[in-house]
Amino acid sequence: MQIVMFLMLFLILFPLLIMLAMAVINNQALRSAIIKISVFLIAAASIWLFVLNINNSEPLMFAVNIDFINTLMTSISVLISIYIIYAGFRDKKYWASVLAVLQIISSLAFELAYSGKIHSEYDLMLDNLSLIMVLLVGIIGGLICIFAIGYMAKYHHHKLMKDKSKLFFTTVYAFISAMFGLVLSNNLMWLLFFWEITTFCSFVLIGYTRREDSIRNSYRALIMNMAGGLAFLAGIAWLFKTQGIIELDKLMALAPAAAMVPAILISLSGVVKSAQMPFSSWLLGAMVAPTPTSALLHSSTMVKAGVYIIIRLSPLLKNTPAGFALTLIGAITFLLASFIAISMHNVKRLLAYSTISTLGLIVACAGVGTYQAIWTAILLMIFHAVAKSLLFLSVGTVEHGIDSLNIEDMDGLILRMPKVTVCLLIGISGMFLAPFGMLISKWAALEALIVANPFIAFFVVFGSSATLFFYTKWMGKLIMIIHPSENQEKVVSSAEWFTMGTLSALTVLVCIAFPSISTHIIDPYIRHLYQQDVSMNTGNIVIMLIMMALILTLPFQILLQHKDKKHVIAYLCGANITENNLLYEANTRFHTTKMDVEELKLRNYYFENYFGEDKLGKIGVVTTTLLIAVLFGIILI
Amino acid sequence: MKIILISIAFIIFAPILGGLLSGLDRIISARMQKRVGPSIFQPFYDVFKLFQKENVVVNSSQNFYMICFLIFTVFTGAMLFTGEDILLTVFSSTLAGIFFVLGGYSTYSPYSFIGSERELISMMSDEPMVILMAIGMYMVTHSFFIHDIVAFDKPAIIYLPGVFIGYLFVLTIKMKKSPFDLSMSHHAHQEVVSGIKTEFSGKSLAMIEIAHWYENIFLLGTVYLFFAVSPIIGILVSLLVYFIETFIDNTNARVKWQWLLKSSWIVALVFGATNILILYFVK
Amino acid sequence: MSYFKKSPWLIHYDGSSCNGCDIEVLACLTPLYDIERFGIINTGNPKHADIFLITGSVNEQNKEVIQNIYSQMPDPKVVIAVGICAASGGVFADCYNVMGGVDKLIPVDVYVPGCAARPEAIIDGVVKGLDVLEQKYSQKNNTDKKENA
Repeated sequence: MQIVMFLMLFLILFPLLIMLAMAVINNQALRSAIIKISVFLIAAASIWLFVLNINNSEPLMFAVNIDFINTLMTSISVLISIYIIYAGFRDKKYWASVLAVLQIISSLAFELAYSGKIHSEYDLMLDNLSLIMVLLVGIIGGLICIFAIGYMAKYHHHKLMKDKSKLFFTTVYAFISAMFGLVLSNNLMWLLFFWEITTFCSFVLIGYTRREDSIRNSYRALIMNMAGGLAFLAGIAWLFKTQGIIELDKLMALAPAAAMVPAILISLSGVVKSAQMPFSSWLLGAMVAPTPTSALLHSSTMVKAGVYIIIRLSPLLKNTPAGFALTLIGAITFLLASFIAISMHNVKRLLAYSTISTLGLIVACAGVGTYQAIWTAILLMIFHAVAKSLLFLSVGTVEHGIDSLNIEDMDGLILRMPKVTVCLLIGISGMFLAPFGMLISKWAALEALIVANPFIAFFVVFGSSATLFFYTKWMGKLIMIIHPSENQEKVVSSAEWFTMGTLSALTVLVCIAFPSISTHIIDPYIRHLYQQDVSMNTGNIVIMLIMMALILTLPFQILLQHKDKKHVIAYLCGANITENNLLYEANTRFHTTKMDVEELKLRNYYFENYFGEDKLGKIGVVTTTLLIAVLFGIILI
Repeated sequence: MKIILISIAFIIFAPILGGLLSGLDRIISARMQKRVGPSIFQPFYDVFKLFQKENVVVNSSQNFYMICFLIFTVFTGAMLFTGEDILLTVFSSTLAGIFFVLGGYSTYSPYSFIGSERELISMMSDEPMVILMAIGMYMVTHSFFIHDIVAFDKPAIIYLPGVFIGYLFVLTIKMKKSPFDLSMSHHAHQEVVSGIKTEFSGKSLAMIEIAHWYENIFLLGTVYLFFAVSPIIGILVSLLVYFIETFIDNTNARVKWQWLLKSSWIVALVFGATNILILYFVK
Repeated sequence: MSYFKKSPWLIHYDGSSCNGCDIEVLACLTPLYDIERFGIINTGNPKHADIFLITGSVNEQNKEVIQNIYSQMPDPKVVIAVGICAASGGVFADCYNVMGGVDKLIPVDVYVPGCAARPEAIIDGVVKGLDVLEQKYSQKNNTDKKENA
């Protein structure tokens, strides 16, 4: 018990220590050494914590009872707010200042009004859901830090800006600490504090390059998330005023009717954080941040905090109008974001939309709140975190190699950057192909939604066919064989290889290990909440394992193929130009009817007329805003 | 043990049956055009001949995708006939389709490429209705397992007429019949030459053909699910459906992809989704 | 045993024909002659074809195209020159842009005479071509066997 407590505190405090070290160390070699050691320790601590608590279905509660911490937290958040007020005025983003003022006033008012009365029995908590989040943050976050060592060394050179990696790593470690705090807190005031810290870190990292667009986007993210934070605070205040409690576990123990208002307010905050429509624009803007940021904050961890809190509250929302409204928000986001992703040329925006849509699916499942749906939501969270961070990091590497994020520039990447492309292919397969993780979870989501309400399942049905389209056409671009070309992978550092390799292996491993992940981690959590067992049919698991084995072994067949193949030129109606006797030249150059020489270019479909961002984005904003209004209506009634 | 036996039987007999059906298709088509047509064994002659041809490729990796396509198509069919989970079966068939599409992309040939893109659009168009079919089966029988669906005591068609109509519609896309044969066609004289198949010849083309035989048997097997109570009616209806598809193939001109996407999604919503919602609210 | 006789697939290429022979080639597909009875398919794709059927003479602009298409066909393959122009250049033989018959460029296995060649003659030519195809296949098999031995 004491070890568990120690590990939890270690996970929250140790990154803070490293953060301080990052803030003062200028030597790059020393910095990377410290990062590597710290990542190892953090990952080891998370795994140790996990091993200690595996199969543990009862949540462990811990009291801290040091008043000094509360004061410290309040002062830190006031300081941050003051900085935001200042920055808002400096960059002429007055809304940010206004929100920061509001935040100071409301939080101080709340604390002064009930000063001395606010007391939380248990400040920290550990159950299997937090354990999963700890593992995601500890392992994936750590891997991304290692990747960032290699990546950030080249980043400033590519962006023609001065080296600020000190600021980058300081913020990242502050974020990791806050993230651990967020998932381990039981005291809602603490949770909110860490919540606001992640918002602030995200603000700093989006505005990292200090270019015009990055500043604009950083404020957009800040303003939306601060507004979300205010809703969170309102939820806590309401909870304390009506029930006199401030802890998550006690909130969960309330009758759904009594807990409805705070649950809705906090979920709304989660909806903003996980970038659901109509708030999705902040996540898209966040794509200007350096790629490790996108991977860490905006796909695998911070946005997961939003869905984490909704999943936590999900049992309260089950079978309520509010839950249904949330489900609809998630379902609409899933459908429209998947559609819009079809029209994306920029691969980071494509990944952003795909992230938004997956989060939408998680929110939809959490809103339904049946035991199967929660099981699915947690699965989705795990698989998505692994595969999506791999994708983001690989895409960042590709950008450094070919200086472009446009899918159309990735023709035949498999010959130019073979190893990175394999990582990308694994990541993409992880996102939508049977028998990889995301497909397993989409399948589970379908089954859970059909049982609960087939109407919601329709959204998933159409959305996932769009997913199939945009991922496959991207894959097609990557695997084209055009002509032998120079290897552009030499710029990739060993740190980056380490991370991408590990994440690729993890993407495959979580799929193979999925049955045991389910029985040992997710099931105990579900059993504790619902006294129900979710299990997948063993026959299906066998079939998926066979498919996985086939997919993993079939590529070796390329190596074993017979040598009796004859290479000929591709069919261009016979108009190929064959003068140099080079097959690959003849494949891509042809005579027009005027006997001019023309280069062959193949372009994908994007369907902007049908799936354009403007059109569908508007529909999404209008419908989801209406649903948010409905949620507020429920609160007022 | 039983599963292995059924799988082996499927692997052996499905291509024989599929090839005969394909031969029948060619004879019926010829008769509809007042021609005599080839022998019913013609598809087998074609495939045997293809195996005797030289192995000609544009790049070394292209045939790999077609081998995967064949293997996963066989796998899908075996899953259907051994009564596994219907959603998993659908996903496996999608996986097979994706390998087929990727094979087309890998060649960097304009005709294969356009074929692949169009095939992807077709997949995007038919996928919702196929999954709605699976959902409909669940709504009726309360099980995703095909052996439970088959064992249900009433024919599913009674509850799922709309789903059946929608499924018939997308079956034309799945079987790559005109008016939805955008990605390729059996005969020449079209704007994309042979579509995805353009750069594939010899053994790999033969594998594609065999995979399509398996696929057709798989698709007719899913039609059978609607009438599973009486095997004779089920088989007769499946054959009738195949005849109807041949008829549609011969009487329609190819449409544009816009029409394909719109019509198939509208049909899925109007027939499939409505049918399922009615089931949900009536029960 | 080879199956080439049962399933000959052909690609039809129009060199610089006056379209007379082309119409007759297409006539073979019509219900009257119905060459699909013999498993013959007009594939329109050299990669799938066994028989390269050329109408019209070779000219300066299309000689590369003919060579390309020929090189894209997998072995064994047969070239059939249909009509007098494809055989020798016909009345166009002396034109400044005409090279002459197809055999100036690629080896021709069967010549079908006529201006325009009649459908019966074309079918007859294809049937002759099938013998050549069979022969080439067994020849290749024999040399392969010798090499292996």
